[in-house]
Amino acid sequence: MNRIDQIFADLRNTFGGGGKALMPYLTAGDPDIVTTGRLIDAAAEAGAAVCEIGFPFSDPIADGPVIEASMTLALQQGLKVEQVLGMAAAARKRHPRLGMMAMLSYSIVYRWGLQRFMAKVKAAGFDGLILPDLPLEEAPAAAQAIKDQGLVLSMLIAPTSDDDRAARIAGQCSGFVYVLSRAGITGERAELPPQLSQRIEHLRRITKLPLAVGFGVSTAEHVRQVTAAADAAIVGSAVMRRVAEHRSQGPDRVVEDVRKFLSELVKGLERRA
Amino acid sequence: MSNQDLLTQPDATGRYGSYGGVYVPETLHHAIAQLAAEYEKARHDENFRKQFEDILRDYVGRPTPLQFARRLTQHVDGAQIWLKREDLAHTGAHKINNALGQALLTLRMGKKRIIAETGAGQHGVATATAAAFLGLKCDVFMGVEDMRRQRPNVLRMKLLGATVVPVDSGSRTLKDATNAAMRDWMATSVDTHYIIGSVVGPHPFPMIVRDFQAVIGREARRQALEQMGKLPDCLIACVGGGSNAAGLFYPFVGDEAVAMIGVEAGGRGSRLGDHAASICFGKPGVLHGSLSYVLQDDDGQTSPVHSISAGLDYPGVGPEHASWADAKRVSYTNVTDADAMKAFSLLTGTEGIIPALESSHAIAEAVKRAPIMKKDQIILVNLSGRGDKDLDEVTRLLGDKT
Repeated sequence: MNRIDQIFADLRNTFGGGGKALMPYLTAGDPDIVTTGRLIDAAAEAGAAVCEIGFPFSDPIADGPVIEASMTLALQQGLKVEQVLGMAAAARKRHPRLGMMAMLSYSIVYRWGLQRFMAKVKAAGFDGLILPDLPLEEAPAAAQAIKDQGLVLSMLIAPTSDDDRAARIAGQCSGFVYVLSRAGITGERAELPPQLSQRIEHLRRITKLPLAVGFGVSTAEHVRQVTAAADAAIVGSAVMRRVAEHRSQGPDRVVEDVRKFLSELVKGLERRA
Repeated sequence: MSNQDLLTQPDATGRYGSYGGVYVPETLHHAIAQLAAEYEKARHDENFRKQFEDILRDYVGRPTPLQFARRLTQHVDGAQIWLKREDLAHTGAHKINNALGQALLTLRMGKKRIIAETGAGQHGVATATAAAFLGLKCDVFMGVEDMRRQRPNVLRMKLLGATVVPVDSGSRTLKDATNAAMRDWMATSVDTHYIIGSVVGPHPFPMIVRDFQAVIGREARRQALEQMGKLPDCLIACVGGGSNAAGLFYPFVGDEAVAMIGVEAGGRGSRLGDHAASICFGKPGVLHGSLSYVLQDDDGQTSPVHSISAGLDYPGVGPEHASWADAKRVSYTNVTDADAMKAFSLLTGTEGIIPALESSHAIAEAVKRAPIMKKDQIILVNLSGRGDKDLDEVTRLLGDKT
């Protein structure tokens, strides 16, 4: 069984079926690749079930200013894909139970070559991939290469995806489905869209896979709202903003602040008895 | 691929051979599907075609002339050089053809706002013009480096009522302006249409832009038969994203005797980062929603590019050009900054036409080829835009020599 499937199966067997997951996102290489490894440690210690590791890309069209800036910084420091894979492999040894998803642009995957890249990702200890710019129409070949390695592919469902399309996207997914809370790009928001829980309930009728909600999830209260309906809350920009704010004070301070923030977010996970 | 296959591209999935496709986040699927459906209806709608043709005639000033460049031809002492004068189209470049076509599609879709990316500013000016002409709200994304190089066009856009949004991320040029426009569109597509300015991006954009620009080639073909009594031996156009070249070439793809040459920006040399010649020096990769030749490193990160011309300064090229290159229907070459500058001065001095630095690349290639061709042979160059916008940059580069 893939580790992601195992994690969600275990959660469904805890808290009377009400166990939920926190999935923080981390841009690899911000503030530096060594500290990214330490941030993964902090996430695991804080109680995150799954970490999404973002591979920096030069042209991240789905990302808002916070994540774009973090990617630009990592690339300016000369970060290469091999270093991200090496960092992940080391993190895997320290955290045998932590879910790890590689999140990256299909541009990187294409240049490496599908089979070659998937083998590398598998060897680095990742459990699966999120490819935000690979839509349904272009997905089958990548989905096959991912499946061949025993990895999961989590694809995105947008508020504008109709039921038929949502069902077909879910049909290409394994592990979990990534539900976008709203249209647009990544970034923090003061409030989540009001219709979110109805949308999640509606999507439950379309797929049996666990549902993870991302985009705009920024506070413990948001995590509570999201996981009242969905299986997992994905928090990206809010984490990377804290990294950016403490960058100048050195890695120790960055790790400490992110650990504190994630511990606070974990408190928002719904625990139904 | 046969020429006949090349003429029926793209297929239903937006593929030109293996190139093209739709590599965009799910959030954009709805807007792109809506655009594809609306365009399909529009292109079979006689009223839409008539409306577009009337605007091109009465407002843009089409057909643009096909002019024999007599003194330039004497100077090069070889094949005859003829110029398709897109510089005489309203706003001074071919970009207006596509901007108006897509602005009309915007109205059909009931949307109120258009956004655009721009490099040299010609597409931005064209889009701002279409917005003013048709009563749409307009925001244009432009890299701050390009805003410096193309200051007059920034002023024109503002006068036309558009908001110019400075893009200060990445390389601060065209590719980053494109990223910014795509990000805006992801959040606003309910009431906003994104008018991509070249034959790039996800399907159906490369096809739509080519179709709106194909008026150039259709006119040129008809004018050649009328004025020369035959088709030209060779077509030459500059290629950044490739819209003026696609517009000129597409109606000639089936004419096997007509050679076609796309001229990329050779910049300072062939080292990665010194040029913007994606077909000459790049490899297949995914950028801005489609698969085509791109300039990337081994990790798929977009490379820095360089060209004297802001409009050619782009690390990718339209997918149809990639397929024409592989099929050897069009040959692609590149011209350096220095040779483009020489051609700029040469055309100005011999014909009294100040060409855009983009178009100067095509002129430079014609000047190279004409002397090795016969005197009864004909080269048709797409003079895609005028060079008024480049005067600051040219003055800076030439210094006291002007």
